[in-house]
Order: sequence, then structure tokens, then C-alpha cells
Amino acid sequence: MALSKKTNSQLFFNGILAENPIFRLALSMCPAVGISTSVMNGILLGVAVLFVQVFSSCTISAIKNHIHPRIRIPTYTLTIATWVTVIDLVLAAYVPEAYKAMGIFVKLIVAFAIITMRLEMFAAKNPIVSSFWDAVGMGLGFLFGMVTLGFIRELLGSGTLLGYDIIGSRPLLFFVLPAAGFFTVGFMMAIFNTVELFFKRMKEKK
Amino acid sequence: MKPIGSSLIAWLSLLVMLLLVSGCGPEHRFIKGVSFKGENQITITFAGPVEETWAKNPANYKVYEKPDPDITLPISSISLSPDRTTATLAFRLPLNRGQAHIMSVKEIMAEGKSQGTAVLTVKKVYFGYLLSILLGAMIIKNFVFTKYLGLCVFFGTSQKKTTAVGMGITFTIVMVASAMMSWFMYQFVLKPMRLDFLQIVVFIGLVSLSVQAVDTILRKVNPALFKAFGVYLVLVIANCIILAVPLLLANNEYNAAESFMLALGAGVGFLVALFLMSSVRERLEVADVPPTYRGLPIAFITAGLFALAFMGFSGMSIF
Repeated sequence: MALSKKTNSQLFFNGILAENPIFRLALSMCPAVGISTSVMNGILLGVAVLFVQVFSSCTISAIKNHIHPRIRIPTYTLTIATWVTVIDLVLAAYVPEAYKAMGIFVKLIVAFAIITMRLEMFAAKNPIVSSFWDAVGMGLGFLFGMVTLGFIRELLGSGTLLGYDIIGSRPLLFFVLPAAGFFTVGFMMAIFNTVELFFKRMKEKK
Repeated sequence: MKPIGSSLIAWLSLLVMLLLVSGCGPEHRFIKGVSFKGENQITITFAGPVEETWAKNPANYKVYEKPDPDITLPISSISLSPDRTTATLAFRLPLNRGQAHIMSVKEIMAEGKSQGTAVLTVKKVYFGYLLSILLGAMIIKNFVFTKYLGLCVFFGTSQKKTTAVGMGITFTIVMVASAMMSWFMYQFVLKPMRLDFLQIVVFIGLVSLSVQAVDTILRKVNPALFKAFGVYLVLVIANCIILAVPLLLANNEYNAAESFMLALGAGVGFLVALFLMSSVRERLEVADVPPTYRGLPIAFITAGLFALAFMGFSGMSIF
């Protein structure tokens, strides 16, 4: 069993910055483009994904020794589907309006590549505690990505944040258009790349 | 490649013929046709002029939705055209045009004598309706460019045209197979047993099952084809569209033919999107892109431009 040599805090920050699911790994793009029109949507879906990621990782990590390798992918999928059903029903019961705004995306968490990938790469090989921290880091990374995108699009598109008026006008209406999701993600990725290049050059100079 | 294509076309043309045959049938000798008009109206065309006093009496008409014979829809007014051959019935509430309506017309009075009672079915032009579902899923509401689903696989496999076409065809086949199974499962197992909340688990299970089935069958039946398309099968399951379509079918209560059309439209729409994108990305390979934009960022901006173009289709409706 290949145990991870990283400490819990390293695992935690790994997901947020170095391997951010949206900007670095480019996984789970559908929600990032589709419903990042406001900060609130981002927070809700981010929390839902965080919940599913943590619980699925812990479940798989706990039963990893009993899963036959040949049926591991269906097992992961069904575990995720179970937890998604739970969060889907909870959201529908407690925040019905926001649930409607997110539409089909809550149910589609099942098909988000990031969750399955973390189960396959990490939870299936590591003990529960480090799987937990890895899942929290990844989930928060996703949440961070969604909130950043929501922040940019809501501020520029409708001039508000979390529904409160900030600018007083709508500077760039273009950003609330659905198609702008692609542009925002593209620009953010380019910014991340620029920062990375900058640090690389700094290191080379030293 | 060829046998699958030709048999698919044969099945499709059979389906089209069946629909056309079922669409037309004689209803009553004195009535030429009935159809929906606007939000809340139904027009009846008679073969000859009818008597005005008879035509304007709401008691002579009884209209209800096919599944609920007990609920008669209230008629607010009736107007007759000057040549007395077309009557327009206005209803108090908007009609549910997706649903077939039954209309019984009592003792049609024309030329001084009764022409008998007629029971008619009012529905949308069904074949046109199916076509609009197909085109809607394919172009107007393209799943990739207007609903933003299936993006991971979309960006992953749109680098080369050959890959794009392979992925698109594999996806379409699995999509149709799994959507039909999901529709069957939902209508005949989940709904009667009130297990709706298990939708997600059952649908994703059926998708994995159909991927596995296509994999096994293709491996035995046509190894050459399997060699070409086998690699894409694994990716199909990571595509959100494959799960979104069964969920949409369940939400909208589509019937078998409509489900088939939606699944086919989603599959072909994905193929179209992949092909368009791969054509552009092949050119981007040789273009001079700034280093920080190379790879995914520029692909996203290209997709954004496509999405803007596809917005031009929004709001379009056929039939």
C-alpha cells in the first residue's frame, strides 16, 4: 500500500492551490461554466460537492480492502450516487429556491470527474484520516474556484455581490450571459499560468 | 462501420413511416380537421357551411384532456367564419398543447339536418413535434454550447478530427441505448413503485451497464471496430450529458418516441460540437498563441465564441 508521505496540512493545501480542480486540473468544468453567474450559486454547489467528496472519500477509504479491483469503478460510482441523492434531497427540502436555480447540476455531481478521480488516485490507497484531509482540500479548492468565478461574473455582470448592490450600475452586462462562463474560465486559467511562469523565472534567477 | 450505419438508417426510416401512418386517419365525414391555434384556441373546419345558432352554442361541444375525461375544459367564446365553415373555440385557460385533447361535437346541424355526432382527437402535428425535439436537442439547445454539459470530455477529445468523430459516434450509440433503458426503467419500475428518489443511482447504474454491454458486444462482434472506438467507451461515463438526458426524460414525462429523439439529438449534437471544435483546434496548433494561453485557455475562449454564435439560435422554434 502506497501511503502518502505528505502531512495532513500539505494534503489540505494541495487541493486548494497546487492542484486546484478547476484551474489546474481542468476537471468539473460544466458547473464552473454553467452556473457560476453569482457567488451564492458557487457557494451552494461548492458546499454540495465538498460534502459529497468528503463522505465518498471516507466511505471508500473505509471499505477499500473489501472492493474487488475489477469492479472498483462501479463501486465508486454507486457510492457517489448514494451521497448525491442524500444532498439532493436535503437541498430540495431546505433551500428550494436556490435548488431550482441550480437546476439539474446538483444531480449531475455524480458525473463530476474530480470526485471519481480523487477516489481512484487517493482514497483507495490511503487511510481514512489522510483521505479526509485530501477530500476537504479538494472540496474547498472547488468551492474556492466556484466562488472566484462567481465573484468576477456577478461583480462585473450585474454590479452586485451576494445580492447586495456594490457598484450601482452594470459595468459589463456581457458577463452574466451564459457564454461568458467560457471566457472567464479561460482568462482565469491564463492568469494561473502567468503566475506559475513568473515564479518559475524567479527560481531560475536565484 | 457500414453495417451499423445502414441498419440504423433502415430503423429510422421505419420509425418515420410508422409515425406518418399513425398520424393520419379519417375522423368524421363532415369534419375536415381540427387543430390548436394560439395559446387557448381550437379551430374546427367543416366540410360545408353549418348553422350559426348551432355552432355558437357552447353546450354542443365538450373538450377534455385525454388522460382526464372527468375534467371538461370551460369554453369562453365561439366565433364562426363568414362562410360558416370554420369555428374557433376560445377557452378560459391556456391549453396544454403537449397533451392530446378529445373533443366531442354533438349533432352537427348543417343544411337543415343533423350530420350526427363526432368525437375528435386534437393534437399537435406529431411528426413535426418529434422533429422539433430532435433539432432542439441537436442545435437550438445544444447540450455543449447552450447548456454547458459534458465539457470535460469535450475539451479532452477535441484535439483531432478523427478522435472527435470517433468519440461522437460512440457517445451517440451509448446515449441512445442507455436513455431508452432509463426511460423504460423509470416508467415501468420506478414510477409505479414510487421509487423516484432512486433516479440518480438507477440511471448511473444503467449507464455503466450499457457502456459495459456495448464494450462486450463490440469486442466479440466486430473487433476492428472495437479497436477504433474501444478507448472512447470509458470516457462516455465521465460525460454529464449521458446522465442529464435520462433526468430530463424523467422530469418531462416524455414517451418512448420522444425519448428516442431527445437522446439521438443529444448524441448528434455532441458530435457536431466536437467536430466544430476540433476543426478550429487543429488550426490553433499552428497559430501563434501567447505562451500563457496555449492549450486549454485558448480552447475555452474558442468555445466561448462558439457559445455566442449558438446563442443566435436561442428562442427559435420549429412547428
